[in-house]
Amino acid sequence: MKSVKQNKDLGANTHKSVRRGNEGRISKLLQRHKVSLMASLWRLLATPYTTAMAVMVMAIAITLAGSFYVLVSNSEQLVNSLQTGKQISLFLEGGISDQQASKLAQELRANELIEQVTLITKQQALAEFKQYSGFGVALNALEGNPLPAVLQVYPKETLTEAYQLKQLMAQMQNEKAVDIAQMDMAWVTRLQSIIQIVSRVVLLLSSLLALAVVFITGNTIRSELQERHDEVVVTKLVGGTNTFICLPFLYAGFWYGFISGVLAWLIISLMLLMIDGPLGQLSLLYQSQFQLHFLTIGESALLIFSASALGIIGAFAVVSQQLRLVKPE
Amino acid sequence: MLTFDRVFKRYPDAGDALSDVSFHLDKGEMRYLTGHSGAGKSTLLKLIAMIERSSRGQLLVDGQNLGQMRDRQIPFLRRKLGLIFQDYKLLFDRTVFDNVALPLLVTGMGQYEIARRVRAALDKVGLLGKENKYPLALSGGEQQRIGIARAVVNKPAIILADEPTGNLDPELSAEIMHLFEQFKQVGVTVLIATHDIELISRFDHKILQLEHGRLINQHA
Ligand SMILES: Nc1ncnc2c1ncn2[C@@H]1O[C@H](COP(=O)(O)OP(=O)(O)OP(=O)(O)O)[C@@H](O)[C@H]1O
Ligand SMILES: [Mg+2]
Repeated sequence: MKSVKQNKDLGANTHKSVRRGNEGRISKLLQRHKVSLMASLWRLLATPYTTAMAVMVMAIAITLAGSFYVLVSNSEQLVNSLQTGKQISLFLEGGISDQQASKLAQELRANELIEQVTLITKQQALAEFKQYSGFGVALNALEGNPLPAVLQVYPKETLTEAYQLKQLMAQMQNEKAVDIAQMDMAWVTRLQSIIQIVSRVVLLLSSLLALAVVFITGNTIRSELQERHDEVVVTKLVGGTNTFICLPFLYAGFWYGFISGVLAWLIISLMLLMIDGPLGQLSLLYQSQFQLHFLTIGESALLIFSASALGIIGAFAVVSQQLRLVKPE
Repeated sequence: MLTFDRVFKRYPDAGDALSDVSFHLDKGEMRYLTGHSGAGKSTLLKLIAMIERSSRGQLLVDGQNLGQMRDRQIPFLRRKLGLIFQDYKLLFDRTVFDNVALPLLVTGMGQYEIARRVRAALDKVGLLGKENKYPLALSGGEQQRIGIARAVVNKPAIILADEPTGNLDPELSAEIMHLFEQFKQVGVTVLIATHDIELISRFDHKILQLEHGRLINQHA
């Protein structure tokens, strides 16, 4: 019985030594990493309460940072979508007749900076107003039509810069027949600069939240290190290098980051799904082309990757510092 | 293989634990290290394994000067040693198998080879069949033998044993001594710290005797 087993041993050994090349060593190394990666996952799952606590707090921090990002990127997109509807409204003087108005429209159409001009006559304006405002009956009581004719001027697509639009507007404002020239863009520009400021603040906040994630991982790993103090000491005593001792903790840091990242991604996506419906209705109401921007695959990967990296960084910071303090005794 | 040259060890506020210790052990030599409690036996062994650093003097292990050794090299020194601790230093949340496998695991040895060697080591200390038990489920003597198996599993060049038979009955003690003698036969240097007069009288080997940190009788 024993000799049979020994033969088997020998056979396996020769087989192994044949394969022992560089490739074999690397694949062996990878295999071992995979094993210890899974081992540290099981270890985390073996203490579900502690793990869940840390992961929840981290996931919340990452969710906050991620939501900020989503908020800003969606606001940017919203503003941009508004911008494509940019137009200049010319409210004409009360005394201007529809004929005069359409003549002005003709003139403007000849302007090379202008793509299109539509005329809303006094009657059309009134009809529209009656229909949408709900003041129909009250307006019926009015004598005459208080509303001016309006020319809606759509500048050429090539006019992208704000100053070009402003120039065009000033030019039209100078027309005698024009009472007020109003650019629907003005508040959009203002909004854009607000969003820029907000995105800076968000960047700062996100950095703080990232730091928080590093600290939470570090703290969790620190207490785990204390719990496994004996193991660290004994491993050192039997000739384990610091790298060998570090690895499981770095893996643990990775898992903390990774799991919280995935959780945060889920929460963010769920939140977006929840507001997608109502937002769609709102968007329809404003005749906007706006569509809610979900996290792309790239962004999702980045989110989870960053979370994992932060976890590893937190673990590394603590382990590399603490391990030097552990003296085998 | 092992040379102490005028070695001193002073603990910060406990005075000299070792003073002016000089001796030499060849490859394949086996010695007892004796002395009263607190004489410095464990301290001497700790210096060899770099668990403590000497305060003064020169210490050579397998040709390496420990005074010049960097922290990064310590693990590789320890892989040449088989350490048996007075307090066993077992991991109670790991099976007997995993405890004994640890010195091999840290070297990156393959699982198949590890399993083979661990079983061989457990066989030598008479614990084959208890691989999957946890240390707390075993008796004091059995726990001590886990520690011994762990010390010999990596085929060390030097075995340093601190009271290896403290919890063993005469019969088991004799078995462990036979095991050490087998290792000595194949060229392993063995140093055994012990109070066990009966053991010393039964298995005759040279003695290093410590008294208050000094070697007093090198050849008894
Ligand atoms: N870490 C330490 N810090 C301070 N003093 C220490 C330390 N370790 C040991 N000592 C002191 O050094 C002296 C020698 O201790 P050591 O443990 O080497 O004795 P020993 O010979 O192994 O004793 P025993 O037979 O009881 O195990 C003792 O006086 C002890 O108090
Ligand atoms: Mg002692």
